[in-house]
Amino acid sequence: MAAPSPVPTPRRTARDLRVGETGTICCLEDPVMALRLLDMGCVPGVTVRLSGRAPFGDPLMLVLGDEEYTLSLRGSEAATILLKD
Amino acid sequence: MAEAWTTAAAAAVGPGAPEASARPMRIALIGNPNSGKTSLFNQLTGLNQKVGNFPGVTVDRKSGWAQLTPARRAEIVDLPGTYSLYPKSLDERVITDLLYDPSSTSYPDFVVVTVDASNLRRSLLLFSQLADLGLPAILALNMTDVAARHGVHIDLGALEAELGVPVVPMNARSGSGVAALKIVMAERLAAPPVRFWQPDSAVHPLVQRLRSHFQLHSDYLALHYAQQAEYLAFLSAEDRAYVQGLVQEYAFDGTAQQASETIGRYARINEILLETVTVTRTEQREPVSNRIDRVLTHRVGGYLIFLAVLFLLFQAIFAWAQYPMDLIDQGIGALSGWLQNTLPPGPLTRLLTEGVLAGLGGVLIFIPQIALLFAFLAVLEETGYMARVTFLMDKLMRPFGLSGKSVVPLISGLACAVPAIMGARTIESWKDRMITIFVTPLMSCSARIPVYTVLVALVVPDERVGFFNLRGVVLMGLYLLGLLSALGSAWLLKVLLKARERSYFIMEFPVYKWPRWKNVGLTIYQKVQAFVWQAGQVIVAISVLLWGLASYGPGQRQEVAEAQARREAAVHRWTPAELGRQVASARLENSYAGSFGHALEPAIRPLGFDWKIGIALLTSFAAREVFVGTMSTIYSVGQDADMGTVQQKLRAEKGLDGQPFFTPARAFSLLVFYVFAMQCMSTLAVTYRETKSWRWPAAQLVYMTGLAYAASVFVWQIWGS
Repeated sequence: MAAPSPVPTPRRTARDLRVGETGTICCLEDPVMALRLLDMGCVPGVTVRLSGRAPFGDPLMLVLGDEEYTLSLRGSEAATILLKD
Repeated sequence: MAEAWTTAAAAAVGPGAPEASARPMRIALIGNPNSGKTSLFNQLTGLNQKVGNFPGVTVDRKSGWAQLTPARRAEIVDLPGTYSLYPKSLDERVITDLLYDPSSTSYPDFVVVTVDASNLRRSLLLFSQLADLGLPAILALNMTDVAARHGVHIDLGALEAELGVPVVPMNARSGSGVAALKIVMAERLAAPPVRFWQPDSAVHPLVQRLRSHFQLHSDYLALHYAQQAEYLAFLSAEDRAYVQGLVQEYAFDGTAQQASETIGRYARINEILLETVTVTRTEQREPVSNRIDRVLTHRVGGYLIFLAVLFLLFQAIFAWAQYPMDLIDQGIGALSGWLQNTLPPGPLTRLLTEGVLAGLGGVLIFIPQIALLFAFLAVLEETGYMARVTFLMDKLMRPFGLSGKSVVPLISGLACAVPAIMGARTIESWKDRMITIFVTPLMSCSARIPVYTVLVALVVPDERVGFFNLRGVVLMGLYLLGLLSALGSAWLLKVLLKARERSYFIMEFPVYKWPRWKNVGLTIYQKVQAFVWQAGQVIVAISVLLWGLASYGPGQRQEVAEAQARREAAVHRWTPAELGRQVASARLENSYAGSFGHALEPAIRPLGFDWKIGIALLTSFAAREVFVGTMSTIYSVGQDADMGTVQQKLRAEKGLDGQPFFTPARAFSLLVFYVFAMQCMSTLAVTYRETKSWRWPAAQLVYMTGLAYAASVFVWQIWGS
């Protein structure tokens, strides 16, 4: 952990999930978007499952927690949700 | 804390405790979207509702009266659905304006928080914020039956102890538990003793200074002053500047503070849930809603189903609505005839029948379409399908500066722009909503149909082109022209309006449900009432004005023209009916409206129009469908003539050169004018009502009329001359 690496390693985000795949929220990247996501229950540690995409690939359907509820959000918005490795 | 609260409450009510108890209670209803808040509001108030406006904003303020006990009545204020006390949209700002100003006369005595039991974690976020404000609260725990079916068991006693407020289980849809809730609501509630979260110690000095300056009863409220001062409408400019100064002095970072607050709250909520909720997962079955979604949002099937729904919608608005519309038309006609026969003839009777009653008819005739449209939209909304439509269409609409949520108003606009513009309220983003409202009237509404039909049949031959009828193809082209101009104008506005606000799409998919017919009925009732009262006043006023312009003329010109017509009648041996039509035509030509048509002629000559069309343009300014009626008066075919007669007259009309006046070029110039022109007082009135500014309807009028003029000039100059 010396000098910060010049090329940041691309992190996996909720947008990168395959349909049906589950991930765990690590952190939220965009500070303003984060406030919205937090209000709607996207809290670090909660699992998200990509349950489907709209016909042209966008927006996405994310199921939060243990099949608790479904959010619909644009890919650009889902890309601010970073996942744990 | 409790002491400070009591003082603040007493100060708000004013001196004299007896008065305080005599004043009816005011209760605010608040909760997440889809938490059953609206159903509970309807259960509590029934038809005793009124829709007003929150001061200064376009948001409807729905309030009503509830009889809690035989002796106690309370005013219930329905607040917009929200996920937290940090507002995201204009709609949500009314919540903070209401709850953050304890000295306001409309400050509620307490709040009822509706909470979805199957989604307790997220719902409690809002509740914990409200409790920390120091507001007395009741938790209305909705959908406990759904939660139980999912294996979620809530220990109500433990929850009540943890939260420190009454918890009432209920089902807002069926109404069970509402009676118990009313009894709890009738009691005098104390402020909740439990605090869920405390601001970080670093912000304490700032919070304490704000608290003492504004005499606030809770630390958390003071923190929200620091967070939101610039949006709180009730604060004076000096107060805002004072808060801004403090925020800078203490280097307060609102975003970071809010994020850590939310995470801190969820941590506390998790502890509470561990104590109160046991989850016994029977079997991991996918919820029914998700399985329905797989069909309704399928890449092919999803669109096909959406098209089928659209088809049904059009069938309802164009076919089914026709019967009640005819009935209203006949009813108004009969009433008008009866009044003309009963009342003594004179200008007052004609004002009543041809001005007021005609205008009223123009308002009432739209009720069936508005009611059916809103019935459809309410059912789609209630079932949860609407959220899926916006999901399907979002990507397609975004290049035009619209969002998936603009689809519903645009489709509704094919029936009538008035309810369509009202339907744009679901769009959160200000920019998206304004663009949608602005372009919706470009969609060809049902009032354009009579104009299209007459003119297309006049110049387009009844021939087949392959499988299609040529007239049908032209008609479809006109509709497409409307759609394309709406999308193009939206794109133009997107470029012109610099985004001051980020557009968000994130929303919760509501679980599919059967619609509650009571909610659907109340929606229809409210929309129709709003239309009749608000748009109605303007329409009736304008029709009276137009009637005056068409009935009276400068000086003696009308009388002279009438005498001339009577002399001609003697020469040509006209029948009395023919004479009546010629007299009406002559009087109209010499009325103020006729003079206006003549005065307008130089301006509309580049479009290929003469003064007669000018009169029709003037009279159809208030409502397009008046066009055919005016044309029949001008060409003196009589009031009772059907469209075929009007067409024959128009076809026989000769220009100065002796050739037929209505050439294809001239008819198409007129057609494109009607595609684009803003000729609907109701739409302008409703745009004003929805945007709360005359700038938007004025811009609509200028832009659309300009577009119509330019398009007509283009058609006539290229084709006609």
